[in-house]
Amino acid sequence: MDWILAHLDDIGRLTARHVVLAGVPLVLGLVISLGLGWVAHRVRGLRGIALTGSGLLYTIPSLALFVLMPLVLGTSILSPINVIVAMTLYTVALLVRTVVDGLDSVPPAARQAATAIGYGPARRFVGVELPLAVPVIAAGLRVASVSNVSIVSVASLVGVSQLGDLLVDGFNRAIGGELLAGTLGCIVLALVFDALIRLGERLLTPWLHTGREASA
Amino acid sequence: MIGTILDWLLSAQTWQGDDGILARLLEHIGYTLLVVVIAAAIAIPLGLWVGHTGRGRWLVSGANAVRAVPTLGLLFALVLWLGPRLSGELYFVLPSVLVLVLLAVPPILSGTYSGVAAVDPAARDAARGMGMTGRQVLRDVELPCALPLILSGLSSAMLQVVATATIAAYVGLGGLGRFIIDGLAVQDYAQTAGGAILVALLALVLEGLMAAIQRLVVSPGLTDNPGRQRSRRPSLRSRTT
Repeated sequence: MDWILAHLDDIGRLTARHVVLAGVPLVLGLVISLGLGWVAHRVRGLRGIALTGSGLLYTIPSLALFVLMPLVLGTSILSPINVIVAMTLYTVALLVRTVVDGLDSVPPAARQAATAIGYGPARRFVGVELPLAVPVIAAGLRVASVSNVSIVSVASLVGVSQLGDLLVDGFNRAIGGELLAGTLGCIVLALVFDALIRLGERLLTPWLHTGREASA
Repeated sequence: MIGTILDWLLSAQTWQGDDGILARLLEHIGYTLLVVVIAAAIAIPLGLWVGHTGRGRWLVSGANAVRAVPTLGLLFALVLWLGPRLSGELYFVLPSVLVLVLLAVPPILSGTYSGVAAVDPAARDAARGMGMTGRQVLRDVELPCALPLILSGLSSAMLQVVATATIAAYVGLGGLGRFIIDGLAVQDYAQTAGGAILVALLALVLEGLMAAIQRLVVSPGLTDNPGRQRSRRPSLRSRTT
């Protein structure tokens, strides 16, 4: 506890980096998966390719992917870009399936009704299908966010700093307080991300939370 | 750059000896199988029990909550805490194996539980109506029906273990992670990248094997009926390492 209080500056700085390294890929990954998921949902032939491809990509262990990124991107091994790109790939790998499942879960009647009142494919997607798919997509996003926060801490082993530095340094110098600070920091961050996604889901799906009138 | 990595991967020297690729590969596979077998021995009976009786569901959600703890923190904490009480190689091997088992249990447990919970109630009732005992229903109806999700949980656990065992090289565990960690320490990128390629290939091969096993052992009655497959889809298979 003393260690934590004496190093609040460091903890804050590393937390901010952790938020960027885990959060930016979550947003980028969501946007990319919405696009890919939409294509895979509409074109049957591409569905298998998108799902198998993302499954294989997700199979690669994180430390291996971090280390191999410079080979693909031409970056330095210490560059945070490696971690951002790798985490984005993982996020997309998880979310493409979720987005396809979410779009599949839209009731055909809602889709037909939208078409009948004159919605084109693009407007129907944004205005009807996507909002109805939000609960399924949000559930996938929550899984991805918890796993991102944990995986990002591994990046300390390749020298990209964030809260994982506290874990590595705490281990190397056998400082229990530092190890605890890093672990708690990651847990709190995972909980905050989770709460934010739940809040976003609530705001985007007001019809699911109308309270008593809905059940009456 | 790619040339030196290939040189490292293909030279006979790096494959031989106690710290050669072959020995490290076997170590990695050995740890992975050991851990998955131990975790399955704990999680499958537990998951079947929770699914069959409907009691103790908090076990499943509790095990899943562990996912918010960063893997690296869990590993380091256990080595620092348990290590000094152990001697020799056990210093880092036992804590590492413990963490790996701890991480492998939740996916198998939730796969087994949701597999049993998703069994068509009509099938269960029919089995009871034929006079099967609770034990027979579990063994002859619920277990075969839950098999796809159990196997999915097993392969999810396997990937988590392969990835985390790689990281455990940092606390001294053998396996392919050694090449990545040692290469990083001496800034030998060829060795680091070579190790990373090997780990990635190992993970892909194990995943392929699990898919093949699934195809072999799952009853065709479960896979040939597309209408029923939807509810049997595994939940998202995420990793924390």
